[in-house]
Amino acid sequence: MDAEITLHVDGAEHRLTVDTRTTLLDALREHLEIISPKKGCDHGQCGACTVLLDGRRANSCLALAVAHDGTEIVTAGGLAENGDLHPMQRSFIEHDGFQCGYCTPGQIVSAVGMLEEVRAGWPSHVTEDLNVEEIVLDDDEIRERMSGNLCRCAAYANIVPAIREGSER
Amino acid sequence: MSTTTRTTGGAIGASLDRIDGPQKVTGTAPYAYEHHVDNPLYLFPIRSEIARGRVTGIDASAAEALPGMVTVITHENAPQLADTSDRELAILQSDEVAFRGQYIGAVIAETFEVARHAAGLVEVSYDEEPHEAELRENDSDLYTPEQLNAGFPTDTEEGDVDEAFSSAAVTLDERYTTPMEHNNPMEPHTTIALWETGNLTLYESTQGAHPVQRTVAQVFGLDRNRVRVVAPYVGGGFGSKGLPHANTILAALAARMIEGRPVKFALTRQQMFTGVGYRTPTIQRIQLGADEEGHLTAIDHDVIEQTSKIKEFAEQTAVATRSLYATQSRRTTHRLAALDVPVPSWMRAPGEAPGMYALEAAMDEMAIACNLDPIEFRIRNEPEIDAETGLPYSSRNLVACLREGAKRFGWKDRDPSPRARQEGRWLVGTGVASSTYPVFRLPGSRATIRYEGDGRYAVEIGAADIGTGAWTALIQISADAIGVSIEDINLRIGDTTFPFASVAGGSSGITVWGSAIFEAARVFRERHGENPSEGDEVQARTPDNPETENYAMHAFGAYFVEARVDVDTCEVRVPRMAGVFAVGRIINAKTARSQFIGGMTMGLSMALHEESLVDGRFGHVVNHDFAEYHIPTNADVGTMDISWIDEDDPYVNPMGSKGIGEIGIVGSAAAVANAVHHATGVRVRDLPITPDKLLR
Ligand code: FES
Ligand code: FES
Repeated sequence: MDAEITLHVDGAEHRLTVDTRTTLLDALREHLEIISPKKGCDHGQCGACTVLLDGRRANSCLALAVAHDGTEIVTAGGLAENGDLHPMQRSFIEHDGFQCGYCTPGQIVSAVGMLEEVRAGWPSHVTEDLNVEEIVLDDDEIRERMSGNLCRCAAYANIVPAIREGSER
Repeated sequence: MSTTTRTTGGAIGASLDRIDGPQKVTGTAPYAYEHHVDNPLYLFPIRSEIARGRVTGIDASAAEALPGMVTVITHENAPQLADTSDRELAILQSDEVAFRGQYIGAVIAETFEVARHAAGLVEVSYDEEPHEAELRENDSDLYTPEQLNAGFPTDTEEGDVDEAFSSAAVTLDERYTTPMEHNNPMEPHTTIALWETGNLTLYESTQGAHPVQRTVAQVFGLDRNRVRVVAPYVGGGFGSKGLPHANTILAALAARMIEGRPVKFALTRQQMFTGVGYRTPTIQRIQLGADEEGHLTAIDHDVIEQTSKIKEFAEQTAVATRSLYATQSRRTTHRLAALDVPVPSWMRAPGEAPGMYALEAAMDEMAIACNLDPIEFRIRNEPEIDAETGLPYSSRNLVACLREGAKRFGWKDRDPSPRARQEGRWLVGTGVASSTYPVFRLPGSRATIRYEGDGRYAVEIGAADIGTGAWTALIQISADAIGVSIEDINLRIGDTTFPFASVAGGSSGITVWGSAIFEAARVFRERHGENPSEGDEVQARTPDNPETENYAMHAFGAYFVEARVDVDTCEVRVPRMAGVFAVGRIINAKTARSQFIGGMTMGLSMALHEESLVDGRFGHVVNHDFAEYHIPTNADVGTMDISWIDEDDPYVNPMGSKGIGEIGIVGSAAAVANAVHHATGVRVRDLPITPDKLLR
């Protein structure tokens, strides 16, 4: 069964017809040829497909496109405005927070989404004081909050400082 | 005429950002599945549900009735392959099944959703035969392979090992095992295959475009120049993408049946656990003998591992043991069990990674038995020459790595007694291990240098960047080789359109590709001088290195690890690791550091997390996804202190570099295991060190 939906991706509106079984990830990659979100597992286990879905980070492989008609989606491609890289993207380059780059768009979108969660005061597993007004984003908080994004090249030791500095810009 | 003036170099060694960084952080660099093709079809494989036997019937009628279906390929209608000698690649040529999960067909459809649905509707019946899919130590069918991977001899013996043992003051005789592991690069193995007017184009996720071209051309009986392989960006490989596997052949077979339309095939994560190679499980016995002063007098390393019945892969597990330490007598052996399983293959430092885990854990045990500090014990057994070849080392700075690491890590005041330090809930321990990896030099790579005017030079070579940073490092090398600045280099790689490049494997890429570029630059200047005309061009091949006759060439390193183990749950945490490397000249300090971090983290992963669990009754890997096959997450990794010794090795190659892709994983698992032992007093000899093994 097919359905017609509208997606707003990186500021552009797209009307498309999708099989109701099509994931949001495949709608972006195969229908719209927006390749920033990557497919690492198609199963919600790696984070390579992370996008901002109405402002919150989400695994687009776990979302059915038809269930997200009309949503606002930001990919790593859309974080760069008018060709200028987002500060988080610049920081990933400076700290070499990647090797093969396949997990990287997901890591960066996830980091940007994560910072909003911290600003909103959402605690994590390693937040000591749940009543604290302002969460301090130390390295352990970054590691914990970014553990939904796997990196097989294991750039983690560079991803942490990349996010620390990227969050300060 | 150009007016280029040659600079004195300096690009090699700089800490440059990756030149492909902007494309990678925005996600716009196209990986194999992401190349634009018109009107693609989608392939979903049909895989055998038995481990051995024959396919007796395939009923695809329900699948074929689906709208959007194009065709079902099986051995009954698949095109014949020209060369079926490689039985891993000779798929759909008969009804025979050699392992569970082997491709026995494929569904091709207009969309991915239909293809996947249809594949599930295909009914296959089998004639099942008994199989053996588990490695057993007491298997009566163990055999001696003719030689090992990379051409190493199967067994070696020097001196009288048995006599040396019986007269040794201190002896150790232990068994270590490492599990099956799967490479699992983050980008799955992927192909887009397009057959048009007798030419085959493959957009491929590979560590070597040319090796794929050669193999595919041979299997299909095509002239090489009818096959083009494109792979500008590759999402990791760690060896599994070093050789083409059956998935590439399957995509090409499908494309051949449907000429003119591109066929897209990316493995699912679950499918990545069958048929794209894996690290064989190993059972290793190590015996060490030493005199009263802690000088080794005997080393014996005997390995049992598995291969597939359809194709032999004999991992060189005990090879590092042949030369790392000095001893009067030494023996190494390798025995294989041929099973009804997929073909094992390369996984980051095949041989060295599992072998050096066992040797370096045994060295730790032996140091304790000899009442010596583990660093001192290693230094005491430092050899003068390479025992395997009898040659001196071109450079060997293992001792310097151990000493420098001890300083950086703060080893000096370590209390050697195990389980001596507790902080709150955590038992704290530290461990050390050595690392080594040979300098491989694969033949045949070529580079073209062309003057494109305006001071700019094109450098073309079919090399792959699988995350190593080759895109950047080869520009640095080109700039220094040609004598211009990096901005003046137009580098083109990742395509068989460019001259032949050997595989990005064995940590050999920079050695051979860089040498070809240096050679091309030398010949270019010889022929065209300092002021070439636009279009002047030279192609050159990686020259032989006569110094390999005179020197043994190896990289070395040392790791230091702090492990913390929860007293009650036995959860292991590793807050810090340090690695010191002696690897010749570093081409790019920034990307090199990333390779070391990546290797060491994979070693940490090998020590604590990774294990593919086979259900012998059915012959498949049960934990076939990231939820159950554990690799480190960000929270599993602590601080990584990376450094290297300034090493000037004039013999290895014009860059002075030794290759760094694999050394980071070699021995790092042992350093973690040794630290866990120091923390807990429990010696786990079967990787991975999961809490259940410490709870006793
Ligand atoms: S592809 Fe979506 S989480 Fe892995
Ligand atoms: S950079 Fe390769 S998986 Fe993260």
